[in-house]
Amino acid sequence: MAAHEILAATNAVVTLDVAIPGIVWPWFVTMNMWAKSIGTGVIFMLFILMRMHPESVKNLRLPTAIAAFVFINIFLLFTLADLHQPFRMWHIFFYPHLTSAITIGSFMASTFLGLLTLLVFLAWKKQDETYDKVFLWVTILAIPVTLYTAALLAQCTARELWQMPAESAQMILAATLSGSAFMILLGGSKLTYEAKQTLGVVLGLSALMAFIIYMSEYVFGPMKAEEIAFTLEYIKGDGPYTVMFWLGQWMTFIIPMVLIVLSRSSKSEAILKLAAILALVGLFMVKHVWLIIPQLLPMS
Amino acid sequence: MQLGFLVDLHLCMGCKGCEIACKVENEVPLSTWRLRVKYVDVGTFPETKRTFTPLRCNHCENAPCERICPVSALHYLDNGIVNIDKERCIGCAGCIMACPYGAIYIDPQTQTADKCTYCAHRIASSMMPACVVACPVEANIFGDLDDASSNISRYIQVNQSNVQVRKPEKGTNPHHYYVGGGNVSLNPLASHRVDGHSLFNKITTLPVGGHH
Repeated sequence: MAAHEILAATNAVVTLDVAIPGIVWPWFVTMNMWAKSIGTGVIFMLFILMRMHPESVKNLRLPTAIAAFVFINIFLLFTLADLHQPFRMWHIFFYPHLTSAITIGSFMASTFLGLLTLLVFLAWKKQDETYDKVFLWVTILAIPVTLYTAALLAQCTARELWQMPAESAQMILAATLSGSAFMILLGGSKLTYEAKQTLGVVLGLSALMAFIIYMSEYVFGPMKAEEIAFTLEYIKGDGPYTVMFWLGQWMTFIIPMVLIVLSRSSKSEAILKLAAILALVGLFMVKHVWLIIPQLLPMS
Repeated sequence: MQLGFLVDLHLCMGCKGCEIACKVENEVPLSTWRLRVKYVDVGTFPETKRTFTPLRCNHCENAPCERICPVSALHYLDNGIVNIDKERCIGCAGCIMACPYGAIYIDPQTQTADKCTYCAHRIASSMMPACVVACPVEANIFGDLDDASSNISRYIQVNQSNVQVRKPEKGTNPHHYYVGGGNVSLNPLASHRVDGHSLFNKITTLPVGGHH
């Protein structure tokens, strides 16, 4: 790939250097972010439904807690699998370095998983009153659990594309987008039509805002730093990740937005479900492209 | 004491003696490097020249790798060296993602992060780093930045207008300086990189050294 700012006068060519390392954080990390978005997102959605459509959540406490429990476990398992020394994971708890987002995130995610386990137990025992009390704290904790990966990306000084606060916004929007999409599918007949419409609005608005941020970075990012310009070349023109990037943008944001408008005008739940499925699948691609391309930047 | 490095690129002739000495001293495995010399060819024939740039850990005062390491495997020594404890490392690769200089790699044998330590074990025995000893033209200058009379401090004073660090905009305050460097030698994006072409090999990408 040609570096855009090379002066023709210098005609500089690297003729000997060590091999550029391959992808350091592979799709395991994409899976980490994707599963975490769903795991925290369904919690946010249940919280919204409890306040706006309390009649709908009667039978959703247990399925939501189980879904969050499963996806947070997937997130943690892939995090563990991505370590080159997974059996030393305990070092994080016994030799913690508190300036690292990884350390803080591990503490919070572990606490979050513990509380989710408690929620599953309470829902199974049908102790709804206690469940709702614990649930408030679970919802509050879900916010930093969602955000810590953005902090981690921001700490990656070498990857200019990952900027704060854009990454924080994208993490929260990914959670509300995937959470609403998953809840539309999970709710089924348990949700009233109005509740599904509310989830559809959350899905549509999350898609709109996330799309605006991605497009803003796509257009204006290159004006801020040459490293961002170089990185975005991988998703422009005939770049190797152009197709995946745009497929992700269309599947996750553009098509679901259109489908949600259509579902509201035609009162079609099937269209709403299609929007939800597309958003969930597309989010993986969107996250993956954004994870990979900064890793292709030459460092030497 | 704050130890630092300075490379006079006017003197470096790209012999790679430092690279080999480092490999031998630290038993750096195949396909990985703690120190390497980058060649960049500049100009159009017949007006051409070749630049040589030794690249190693910059031992930053404000090191992103130290900040992001969740278990303090990367840590500061009192003498300013950013050292690594391979027994502590969990191999999360956060340091690799954070280092703006591409100086850290996963050791394929230990499955842990590794990098130049300024030969901390030799320093502890009052010896110079292996690359300094090996350099036939004394292009590598090593010493205490806090001591105004040290070789490195005097070199910086004499060449004040020509001393640079890599990527100063990152705010990492590297303890690694270059004299005689230019955009082509110090900016990774200022040169073409053509896949499949290299002076001595055709390797352009390698797996990280891990299990993925």
